[in-house]
Amino acid sequence: MALETRSEYKLPLPPMRGPAADFYKFCKAHELRFQRCAECGTWRHIPRDVCAKCGSFKFEWARSSGKGKVFSWTVTAQPFLPQFAPMVPYAPVIIEMDEGVRMLSWLTDVKPEDLQLGMRVAVVFDDVTPEVTLPKFKRAVSQ
Amino acid sequence: MESLKDKACIVGVGESAFTRGSGKTELQLMLEASANALNDAGLRPHDIDGIVGPPLGASAEHFAANLGIENLRYSAYVQMGGASPVVALQSAAMAVALGVAKHVLVPCGWNGYSVMRVSSGGGGGRDSAPPGPLGGTIGDYYMPYGAIAPVQWYAWIATRHMKLYGTRFETMGAIAVNSRTNAQLNPHALMRGRPLTIDDYFKARWISYPFRLYDCCLETDAAGAVIVTSSERARDLKRTPVYISGVAEGHPYPADDIPARPDPFVIGLTFAAPKAFQMAGITHGDIDFAEIYDCFTYVVMLQIEALGFCKRGEVTDFVTPERIALGGELPLNTHGGLHSEAHVWGINHIVEAVRQLRRECGERQVKDAEVGLVTGWGDFGDGGLAILRR
Repeated sequence: MALETRSEYKLPLPPMRGPAADFYKFCKAHELRFQRCAECGTWRHIPRDVCAKCGSFKFEWARSSGKGKVFSWTVTAQPFLPQFAPMVPYAPVIIEMDEGVRMLSWLTDVKPEDLQLGMRVAVVFDDVTPEVTLPKFKRAVSQ
Repeated sequence: MESLKDKACIVGVGESAFTRGSGKTELQLMLEASANALNDAGLRPHDIDGIVGPPLGASAEHFAANLGIENLRYSAYVQMGGASPVVALQSAAMAVALGVAKHVLVPCGWNGYSVMRVSSGGGGGRDSAPPGPLGGTIGDYYMPYGAIAPVQWYAWIATRHMKLYGTRFETMGAIAVNSRTNAQLNPHALMRGRPLTIDDYFKARWISYPFRLYDCCLETDAAGAVIVTSSERARDLKRTPVYISGVAEGHPYPADDIPARPDPFVIGLTFAAPKAFQMAGITHGDIDFAEIYDCFTYVVMLQIEALGFCKRGEVTDFVTPERIALGGELPLNTHGGLHSEAHVWGINHIVEAVRQLRRECGERQVKDAEVGLVTGWGDFGDGGLAILRR
């Protein structure tokens, strides 16, 4: 979507602090990356300081395939903040990536009533402001 | 190994008025509840020498200053959201069992209606994440996608349970109706005089699928307080002692992010329940009633499975209106719970359990109640379990 139509973007933005800032910086470059332990290779999200599996402090931001499947969701009808009033109903969806990590996002092309467990999805990048890009997902055509 | 079993007792309970608009501070509400608990116990304010403070609203030192406690010997906090009051019993029991303190006050309360209203984002148009242990996760990863309120986070667990196991809305509705029915017998309940039918449940608006309006608890300005002492000391006080027979806490993994959990149905109570049952030395059949933290109907069901009353995926068959009713096999939330009495972070569940075991509950009294359980749930699924007996 063109940036000028988003000049009035009112929804909450990530505060761009700590390791979350790194995660979203890659998103701005249209790359979905998660932390992966540099020693044992275990993927993780949300970002952590230490590998929970082997205890290593060393990690890399490894590129995700961008592919995953729907793990669960809710369909929100009540706007808990006024700026969500024009959005309802909307569905915060948990996506399980093929790498095994899970993240929260939105599907851009699936109506809430059509959501199913296991539905295959692929990442798309939404440049919601000049500074912030949010990873979202669309239904994947093939496996 | 030394066990906490029956080493400590609850000897006083109290509440503030339950309102929608208290006009008071959180501290004032909690002091009102504390004064009532002290009166109930037959203790004077300066008899208190230990405080397990509330997760928000005031510090242990605020209570000490107001109550005239010149020598506060023990202070601690439990930061587990709605599980805090039940888990505070564990801390209080340890303190009195070891002689660190003699009489420990556990207060909890808030202006959940007039100040921190969760249904409007938790406090007047806030668009940044809340303080506390979960604020980072929420602000960084949930709020940009509009996942702001507890009803949404727990809905993720509920949706998956429904899709995998065929869990039914009728069961959720039965829990809502049961709470409201019990509240009709409770003079303290905000929803007394406002009965609810299963039709009302299904006709209500959606909040966040799979939760409708009556799946959700109340928002209340309210406080409660309990007083814990050693079982030796308890026998000298005026009320029937209520023994803390088993108590434990547990945390889901990872505690600060729901989507990342390998198994979303493993919650804090999954770890706490076997420990508390083992400590108490009882089985599920010994439980005369259950006060289960009921922020949302499905969260009660999730906890019933975690407690081991039925297997995973079977709760929708286990919970029948007859089984959970007063007079049933497992009377549930006999006061009306957070759904229909008041939202007091579950400390009202402890207060109710104590009154049931003291047989003070009048029309809603569970006949011959000897043993009851109280759970706490909070902060993405931290859990606590207290097994109480008279």
